[in-house]
Amino acid sequence: MHHSNSAINKQNQQDKNSSWNLTLGGRGAFLLHLADTNLILAQRNAEWCGHGPILEQDIAITNISLDLLGQARNFYQYAALLKNKESGNLAGTSAPSPLERAGGEVTEDTLAYLRTEREFKNLLITELPKGDWAQTILRQFFCSVYQDLLYKQLQKSNDEQLSAIAEKSLKEVTYHVKWSSEWVIRLGDGTQESHQRMLNAIENLWPYTGEFFMPAAYENETVVGFDLTLLKRPWLEKVRAILEEATLWSPDFERGKQEAVFMQSGGKTGTHTEHMGFILSEMQYLQRTYPGAKW
Amino acid sequence: MNQPGQHIGLSTEEEKIWGILETVADPEVPVLSVTDLGIIRNVIFLPGASASVEVLITPTYSGCPAMDAISFDIRLKLLEHGYKNIKITSILSPAWTTDWMSEAGKEKLKAYGIAPPNPKQVVCDTRLFAESEAIQCPLCNSYHTKLISRFGSTPCKALYQCQDCKEPFDYFKCH
Repeated sequence: MHHSNSAINKQNQQDKNSSWNLTLGGRGAFLLHLADTNLILAQRNAEWCGHGPILEQDIAITNISLDLLGQARNFYQYAALLKNKESGNLAGTSAPSPLERAGGEVTEDTLAYLRTEREFKNLLITELPKGDWAQTILRQFFCSVYQDLLYKQLQKSNDEQLSAIAEKSLKEVTYHVKWSSEWVIRLGDGTQESHQRMLNAIENLWPYTGEFFMPAAYENETVVGFDLTLLKRPWLEKVRAILEEATLWSPDFERGKQEAVFMQSGGKTGTHTEHMGFILSEMQYLQRTYPGAKW
Repeated sequence: MNQPGQHIGLSTEEEKIWGILETVADPEVPVLSVTDLGIIRNVIFLPGASASVEVLITPTYSGCPAMDAISFDIRLKLLEHGYKNIKITSILSPAWTTDWMSEAGKEKLKAYGIAPPNPKQVVCDTRLFAESEAIQCPLCNSYHTKLISRFGSTPCKALYQCQDCKEPFDYFKCH
């Protein structure tokens, strides 16, 4: 995922050309980023349905998936509402996406099912394969701690609907933080095997945590209402406290994490990992094959 | 906002609609009506040639799949009673809390075998591994119960087991 400068410039150019980013003062793109992050994480967690390590945890991870999906729907519905209110339309980009070709009203469903990979703005960490239970737990933990901090800020937004969605989501995220923290401790401070698997998960996922705090063009302070980079310190403090309790944090580890870890980014502006196309084709297959199918 | 049992300043027609809503059941927990659950936030009736009804509902959990079914059932029930222009609006703030569940609803839950939610002050204790709530077994009334999982068969429930009568049961968790 290393970009040359020209690739980055090209990406920025595309970012500017996207009709979403030119509208709603950037709010549309920000709402889609929030929605996409929840949707893709929900889809990944749902892969555990019927495959959880024990029945109760199978139910727990799919319950969390459902909460995330519900939150995604709230963000999509709001984005669609704003989009439909606007006089402009989605046309205008050189290569019309399936969403643009479909025409008509934008809905939560067209946003989820008819956008292409480059139009999705989810965090890269959410699209990585579910891996083993350790990787799934650690990802949920990293994301939930982040969402807890993010939604607490968004709750103060002067955009009433965004604030309401954040308020509603926070009550659910509180459960997610608690559940995932307990599992990080249980596995980290568990057997030699579970400890090692958690270390592997940290190794895999840590380079994707920097993206949380790298604001995209649509995440500037006038849109978001606060400086996103300020969430980094409280996030790190919380994560460190739990990893310490889980016997997964050491001075060596800390040095290693602060030096020389290249942080991956690009998801927020549509440059994804190789895993993204596969998850979208599974998720969107039915609507692409039978447009408008309902059940 | 109007709470069940506190229908102050309502027109007769709105009183009647609240009465009708009391007969709309939660599809997942059919002993509870949507008014017991506390998800009806307001009813607005506008009389006239094209009289209209607006029902404002709030979801329990963001992803609760029952919400779509509930909206549909409310619409159907109002149509049955002759209302035509029906609008159902979902509002998110203030966020739903189990505090809004009626006392009658809590009793019905218990009789159905689901432990009703405790008062809100013990909601989601953020201390890790904390057994935060003393939940009463709906079958033998013992408080000697154990949390099996914070997540249950629907988003609103947790799994418990009674250590005295040994029965597993659902707890409608505080939120």
